[in-house]
Amino acid sequence: MVPRTPPEVGGMGHSVKRKEDARFIRGKGTYVDDIQLPGMLYLDIVRSPLAHARITKIDTSKALAIPGVLAVITGADLAKYNLHWMPTLMSDTQMVLPVEKVMYQAQEVAAVLATDRYIAADGVDAVEVAYEPLPVVVDPIKALAPDAPVLRTDKTDKKDNHIWHWEWGDRAATDRAFAEADVTVRQDIYLPRIHVASIETCGCVAHFDRVADKLTVWMTTQAPHAIRTVFALVAGHVGLAEHKIRIISPDIGGGFGGKVPVYPGYVIAVAASVLTGKPVKWVEDRMENLQADSFARDYHMTCELAARKDGTLTALRIKTIADHGYADAAANPSKFPAGLFHICTGSYDFQAAHVEVDGVYTNKPPGGIAYRCSFRVTEAVHAIERMTDLMAHHLGMDPAEFRLKNFIRPEQFPYRSALGWEYDSGNYAAALRKAMDRIGYAELRREQAEKRQRGELMGIGISSFTEIVGAGPSKHFDILGLKMFDSAEIRVHPTGKVIARFGTRSQGQGHETTYAQIIAEELGIPVADIQVEEGDTDTAPYGLGTYASRSTPVAGAAGAMAARKIRDKARKIAAYLLEAAEDDLVWEPGRFSVAGAPHRFKTIQDIAFAAYTNHPQGMEAGLEAVSYYDPPNLTYPFGSYICVVDIDKGTGQVKVRRFVAVDDCGNIINPMIVEGQIHGGLTMGLAPALYEEIAYDENGNIQGGSFIDYLLPTAVETPRWETDKTTTPSPHHPLGAKGVGESATVGAPAAIANAVVDALWHLGVRHVDIPITPAKVWKLLREKGVSE
Amino acid sequence: MMRVQLTVNGERHEVEVEPRLLLVHLLRDVLRLTGTHIGCDTTHCGACTVLLEDRPVKSCTVFAVQANGKRLMTVEGLERNGTLHPIQEGFVQEHGLQCGYCTPGMMMTSYAFLKRTPNPSEDEIRHAISGNLCRCTGYVNIVKAVQYAAARLQEGGA
Amino acid sequence: MIPAAFEYHAPASLADAVKLLGQHGDEAKILSGGQSLIPLMKLRLATPRHVVDINGIAGLDYLKEEDGVLRIGALVREADLEDSEFIRARYPLLHDTSRVVADPLVRNLATVCGNLAHADPANDHPAAMLALGAEVVATGPRGERRIAITSFFTGPFATALRGDEVLTEVRVPVPLPRSGGAYLKLERKVGDFATAAVAVQVALDPAGTCVHAGVGLTNAGTVPIKARRAEGFLRGKPLDDATVRRAGELAAEEADPVDDVRGSAAYKRDLVRVLTARALRLAAGRAGAGR
Ligand SMILES: Cc1cc2nc3c(=O)[nH]c(=O)nc-3n(C[C@H](O)[C@H](O)[C@H](O)COP(=O)(O)OP(=O)(O)OC[C@H]3O[C@@H](n4cnc5c(N)ncnc54)[C@H](O)[C@@H]3O)c2cc1C
Ligand code: FES
Ligand code: FES
Repeated sequence: MVPRTPPEVGGMGHSVKRKEDARFIRGKGTYVDDIQLPGMLYLDIVRSPLAHARITKIDTSKALAIPGVLAVITGADLAKYNLHWMPTLMSDTQMVLPVEKVMYQAQEVAAVLATDRYIAADGVDAVEVAYEPLPVVVDPIKALAPDAPVLRTDKTDKKDNHIWHWEWGDRAATDRAFAEADVTVRQDIYLPRIHVASIETCGCVAHFDRVADKLTVWMTTQAPHAIRTVFALVAGHVGLAEHKIRIISPDIGGGFGGKVPVYPGYVIAVAASVLTGKPVKWVEDRMENLQADSFARDYHMTCELAARKDGTLTALRIKTIADHGYADAAANPSKFPAGLFHICTGSYDFQAAHVEVDGVYTNKPPGGIAYRCSFRVTEAVHAIERMTDLMAHHLGMDPAEFRLKNFIRPEQFPYRSALGWEYDSGNYAAALRKAMDRIGYAELRREQAEKRQRGELMGIGISSFTEIVGAGPSKHFDILGLKMFDSAEIRVHPTGKVIARFGTRSQGQGHETTYAQIIAEELGIPVADIQVEEGDTDTAPYGLGTYASRSTPVAGAAGAMAARKIRDKARKIAAYLLEAAEDDLVWEPGRFSVAGAPHRFKTIQDIAFAAYTNHPQGMEAGLEAVSYYDPPNLTYPFGSYICVVDIDKGTGQVKVRRFVAVDDCGNIINPMIVEGQIHGGLTMGLAPALYEEIAYDENGNIQGGSFIDYLLPTAVETPRWETDKTTTPSPHHPLGAKGVGESATVGAPAAIANAVVDALWHLGVRHVDIPITPAKVWKLLREKGVSE
Repeated sequence: MMRVQLTVNGERHEVEVEPRLLLVHLLRDVLRLTGTHIGCDTTHCGACTVLLEDRPVKSCTVFAVQANGKRLMTVEGLERNGTLHPIQEGFVQEHGLQCGYCTPGMMMTSYAFLKRTPNPSEDEIRHAISGNLCRCTGYVNIVKAVQYAAARLQEGGA
Repeated sequence: MIPAAFEYHAPASLADAVKLLGQHGDEAKILSGGQSLIPLMKLRLATPRHVVDINGIAGLDYLKEEDGVLRIGALVREADLEDSEFIRARYPLLHDTSRVVADPLVRNLATVCGNLAHADPANDHPAAMLALGAEVVATGPRGERRIAITSFFTGPFATALRGDEVLTEVRVPVPLPRSGGAYLKLERKVGDFATAAVAVQVALDPAGTCVHAGVGLTNAGTVPIKARRAEGFLRGKPLDDATVRRAGELAAEEADPVDDVRGSAAYKRDLVRVLTARALRLAAGRAGAGR
């Protein structure tokens, strides 16, 4: 796309350098832990060593004897205010602090309030808790067995560990298609528990001002407005009303979905501040973050595909057990407990499909949230892209050819999928062909054949994913009843400078820059003259926040719509100033001129000044607008990734030699930022594919609960990503944009897994679950008799 | 409590600290230099990287008392007299940061690295920053930022 | 993660350090690089009442070859080895090792002597020193004593050092003519301890026959292992493919690993086999190149 504005204006299509960088490169960002208030107290949390146990005694005397320890808060204390349980975003319930029993290892048991973080830690060490162990349920499949101990004994009507059943699609038609199929393949695929592990952990500073009767919370949250509403709902009965709560989300050191939920620590800190009237800081450490905060995935899928002999895909069927831990604390739209998992027909034209998901309780931390990829879309993409590969190999077809044959064709858009989604636009073959050219696909296949002769292991993997983002149309999408619109408020000041406020919250995506570019595009006002603010519920308009790649599709659109309202008014003012009819005015970025008389014009700055000094009679003064954008549909970014791996026969190590990513996210606001998002997303695709997992032993002990064993890739493990793009605008989005923050995380793991299986297929290997560790590959190789 | 004297970014400080106080907490909570961050408990992330006598170290794994009589530099010391250091410029120009949380540590490591290795290969850069984790950028642009700074410094940029 | 309180001592001399250790006995810990001790203290897995910081003692940071030995003082950091052209050229095994210990930032503080004194079977230098046939110097109230590296590691995290002794030096015999060494480590990512690693040091005669071989194994048992049978097998043989493979098999038999998050015992044992053969090829090549 050729930019319509000059570089000084910096509208869409310009790689404008980021405004936010100025403070970050000087160490002048303000993250939650940087906030220090006079008289501030520190909160630290006692956690359970056991995964399932009755609490028989909490002895706080030693802790309270430490000078500087002010209080030890327990579940019993919170129960007095009925604050010991809270609702999750999925309308389940979750403990703030337990009164009776703990449900997972590292669960909050009590909280120590002290004058200093060192003393608080000493206090935590000194609290003595006695437990009576209870039987631990770790495996969600065993959790469904009739004799499994029932975990949620707090729910008097609950007789098992089953949370919900959800299914979608035409079961009968799908069964029929499978019965009639020439070929079917079936595979169990497990997507393990993983954790977003943003480098900044979660925390807050809660300050209840008794005089003003107002609670201010600086908090690591991606969704400040929704959080405020939740707080008002949870604590309304103790006097916290929504207008007396101010949530400020300052600079956020990465979110990726992990900063959407309300964690008990926040609530305890708020309670402690309300009770003491003092500011209270709680910042979790990394181990608490990994062990207790919401996880992603933990999906046990059984996938099946049906096809004709000629390689035409016909039907898909997936059954899933979703392990949610002891509470369903996912952040899915209310109507969709399994998120948008039914995007799992992917980029292919199926006749029939049917999916079933069952949510299950286990003795693990609650969650089921995002990992830079929300609403179970990675799960869906991994399933379909692994299965497509499996079918191609099974039929002896090249996986690229097989995909090209089965793609939804460009002329089929808007396309209604077998599971009911209406895809907005796409050109899947173009993206795949571009990726194949870029990487030299045919040459790589030749090299692979030669290497195989020599006994060397090399694999090529493809993933041609379709994403679904921008939730969502209010008809179908809400969280706790809050519709998933988002908002923008723009004020153009008399000198033509702008303040714009949004309901979202950037965690590194560069909103201060990209939102300014959207406004620059629509109004022709230079980016330098536009200040974007987000994250303060006292000033910003209501919005559901930043996750699921929804900021550009939803809040960005709101920004464009608000700017257009301003432009409409500006047109009226210009007509008045130029003494011309509105219809005779021509807009080009930054000015209205009279048709046929280009020397007669008014700049947007002239018009802004006039809006306050010389506006037409009968018109309200000022130049501002608010927009609450309710998207008519979701957007469907897509792409094709190709990856080459080399496998060390001796050690089982997988090395990603090359990785080409061709993305299509529609029109692009800032190419530099989009590329950065893709690099980051790819790295968060690589990570679970090869390194990261949070596992539990049979007693519910966490493995991988610190950075010692939860392995974030460094610059050495991460390949030099090669990116490219195609551009298929969204027809329904005001800017034609689709959103890109998550595509790469969604698409990359399958490309890597497919490459590994491709390298090993001739040995008889059909599937490997991620993370594909050297130990796993070594085992497969030795089982197949391959060694060095 | 112990008395500690140290020089941070050229400025002398004298403070009373508990021996167990970690250097990162001295910098952040006592001296209020909050550009140095904390991202883990196990000495893995490098968000806390500062220069101790010119060597980049993880300030979460040094006691403040160990810095007695020593010279330190933090991210706040990179800019001199209103002029950004080329490494800072590099991070902006090459989009080497997103959330900015790892950035101070990354820049301190890179700053020290370029002093010793003025003309590094990509591979050397990747190894040099392998004690610093970034969750946002995928490292490609961080490598470019370091290359940008290397080129500028070679031209005599700072 | 906050350490428990302790008393801090920064002795200016070795004698003072030894005296402090004598006074406080089990309640004292030496702090050198601090890159193992401080993480343990933050997790409160170590809670010493007294910390004796030896970093202020002058004259312990020497790295020099003298009278047929390479002397590595107590305050030589991993980065010092890594950055030394002399070490790279003459002690490639040590150079290889220093480059894969932890990450570059940790290596700026972590000491070689601390790596040995800590005696974690997953530490990298013990195997290297076993392969090199090093000796350590312990300084206590009665002066110095030398301990052969083979009798230094007495158990997991346990050494022959007495409570009032400081490990002041490691002594590595200078390489024989036509020597080469290598350290190969499989780690899950940079900064990780070894899943398994192998150190080898060989010397060849002019005809290419192995006249000396040292093989040390990291994380292949509860203590660092010297693979004596593999060493014995190599002596007197040309380092051809069959020989290095066989030596790898022998080393694997000598390994005694356990299952853990890094992999099964069988996997680690096989890694020892594979890495030993590869390290021997590399070391033999380096020895040959120096011919
Ligand atoms: C993230 C991370 C990753 C790591 N990865 C690796 C790795 O891959 N391989 C590896 O080998 N190591 C690794 N380490 C450990 C690191 O190399 C340690 O620093 C080293 O093992 C100990 O050296 P130190 O000088 O830091 O010792 P310290 O931490 O100061 O001391 C360690 C122990 O040894 C004792 N001690 C220290 N010096 C002496 C002395 N001179 N005399 C007597 N006792 C002494 C101390 O009292 C203490 O008990 C890692 C550490 C971290 C934080
Ligand atoms: S805070 Fe993570 S290494 Fe220091
Ligand atoms: S920019 Fe966010 S962690 Fe690096």
